[in-house]
Amino acid sequence: MQAHELAARTRDFLAEHDPVSTPAPDFLRARFDAGLAWVNFPRGLGGLDLPRMLQPVVDEVLAGAGAPDNDPLRITIGLGMAAPTILRHGTDEQRRRWLRPLWTGEELWCQLFSEPGAGSDLAALATRAVRDGDGWVVSGQKVWTSMAHEARWGILIARSDPAAPKHDGITYFACDLTAPGVEVRPLRQLTGEAEFNEVFLDDVRIPDAHRIGAVGHGWQVARTTLMNERVAIGGGPVPREYGLIGVLARVWRDRPGLRTSGGRDELIRLWVAAEAARLAAQRLREQLAAGQPGAEGSAVKYAFALLNQEISGFELELLGDEGLRYDDWTMRRPTVADWGLRTPGYRYLRARANSIEGGTSEILCDIIAERVLGLPREVAG
Amino acid sequence: MTRLLYSEVEEDLRAAVRKVLADRAPWPAVLARIDGDQQYDPGLWRTLAAEVGCAGLPVPLERGGAGAGWREAAVVAEECGRAVAPVPYLGCGQATAALLACDDTELLRRLSAGEVVATLAAPLSTPLGAAPATGVRALAETLTGTVASVLDALPADVLLVPADGDLWQVAAADARITPVVSLDQTRPLADISFDAAPATRLAGGARAARAWTAARTAGAVLLAGEQLGLAEWCLDTTVAYVKQRHQFGRPVGSFQAVKHRLAQLWVRLTQARAVARYAADCLATGDPDTTVAAHLAQAHCSEAAVRAAEECVQLHGGIGFTWEHPAHLYLKRAKSDAIAFGTPARQRDALGDLLRL
Repeated sequence: MQAHELAARTRDFLAEHDPVSTPAPDFLRARFDAGLAWVNFPRGLGGLDLPRMLQPVVDEVLAGAGAPDNDPLRITIGLGMAAPTILRHGTDEQRRRWLRPLWTGEELWCQLFSEPGAGSDLAALATRAVRDGDGWVVSGQKVWTSMAHEARWGILIARSDPAAPKHDGITYFACDLTAPGVEVRPLRQLTGEAEFNEVFLDDVRIPDAHRIGAVGHGWQVARTTLMNERVAIGGGPVPREYGLIGVLARVWRDRPGLRTSGGRDELIRLWVAAEAARLAAQRLREQLAAGQPGAEGSAVKYAFALLNQEISGFELELLGDEGLRYDDWTMRRPTVADWGLRTPGYRYLRARANSIEGGTSEILCDIIAERVLGLPREVAG
Repeated sequence: MTRLLYSEVEEDLRAAVRKVLADRAPWPAVLARIDGDQQYDPGLWRTLAAEVGCAGLPVPLERGGAGAGWREAAVVAEECGRAVAPVPYLGCGQATAALLACDDTELLRRLSAGEVVATLAAPLSTPLGAAPATGVRALAETLTGTVASVLDALPADVLLVPADGDLWQVAAADARITPVVSLDQTRPLADISFDAAPATRLAGGARAARAWTAARTAGAVLLAGEQLGLAEWCLDTTVAYVKQRHQFGRPVGSFQAVKHRLAQLWVRLTQARAVARYAADCLATGDPDTTVAAHLAQAHCSEAAVRAAEECVQLHGGIGFTWEHPAHLYLKRAKSDAIAFGTPARQRDALGDLLRL
């Protein structure tokens, strides 16, 4: 199907479903059923078996008509991690059950991977899953779980065979967070707020029908999830001076009183680094669209972590006295980190997590060194 | 839109140039040449320019060129950088851009055909965006004065000389060209002096200023390509070396301290590739962002190339510090390239003015 045919199909859909008067959940369900949710997904599961690069055609027509969207930022874990994993490793029954409410945002998903004792070394996880009749009984503790307090489902990895080598004894599940034995507690971070949670699992029963992939194959399934996590940074192209560098450049332009000659060189050094990172991300998008999967995703994530930290640190110093003040230390529960609305001090503090969350910068360097450059693995401890 | 990727045609061109350079200028040959008395390889340049057709890439067919563009020219620059090839590619590239902005047809045709070598008579360190140096005066169709540290003057047949606001053409035989003992041994500079040298005016006034700017901008973009290719050689060579070099009973490349340095260098090079490609595409399409893109490319690729060459020396250990290993050829070229067209600090200064920062 060509782009213009897809656009026409989208307009036909709009003719039958008025984007203004139809309630948003009904509109989104109908859009899913019409295959216009994610066109690269299979027919019957919200897609039309088309290349992913055609999705913007649909999005533009719908946005132009003022149609409601599924608030992609709010459901980013479902879209970016759970959905590709369910599609690739789930049964037909699981795909039919989970993908539609995931995409419409009626059921939120979170990720139950990291544990207090298993961060970068995720395969060292200790949460146990014990077979019990037609289901499993799961006990353990998960940490750094964003959205757990709003989510209905969590993608979960747990140890099902403690005797097997650590990568082989893991099984992957979808855990119903409303099940008895699940307790979600906010995890307050150094910014004062609690974007994340700790999730305690105490003899939680999970039906075997909610197992994703074969018993003992959880690590391979999890790799699908993690690979998609790093690719998901993509999104659409972003303009020059987007993000923190734009905030900093505005401060510099608007407030001549803050300028110093040394600061100017540092500012432009950061501008150059941000622009180089932006163009590298743009080039990665072109590669992905052209069907040349690149390992550059790790490079993009690594670079933006460093940049966000340097830029926010510089901004704080530039502001001097204002940098000494903070807006609010009370514990909030934001859905997503609101970088732009908070004080510079918040940006500085929040950016520290950028080189830890979603793979530490050190692990990313290992991945690049081993998978891209082909350097030997460090002798395992 | 795939403006930051390489097209199939560009990859074919790259393969052809790489093959010629691998056959004719493998590093032992380049290394041997720096101890001789002819550092440049005129035969190699004739092959690249005339037979492979590298000289006329950005020149339209009707003006005697190949009718390709600056994107393709930048790919050739990458390969020349990768081989630290002793050819006047950068000088000819600048001359080509200058002549494209003039009425001249004959010199441009001969330059495109690889029949002559031409270069811009300007100090290599002249910052991008700066006006020409004022060391040469024009009087009654003759030039008198000096220009120091000129790139690709040694193999040049023709010099393009800015003087008194105009752009002039002078036969190299009518100037005194003195080799400079240069930091970059694979592409030594020369000092030039003119003593009432007969000159032909190529362009005057605003036209000459446009030709100057075009030459400098194209030169900066090609230089970014060269820096990218150079840096890629350094990374590839170092990665290969640390895989086979053993210490403490294991490959040096299995140590995390080494792996992380190389991973960070790779990240820098993915950015350098995007930035250099963006600049080449802007130049090729006449994008209004070309000036910013050229300064950005120089600010970023200069540092990337120097870092790559320094890491290459360091991670090779002792062998990397010897005369017999080619790492020093790349280090000298990289550092010299970082000063060429203005240092990264000057690029940032210029960018700040352009961006109102």
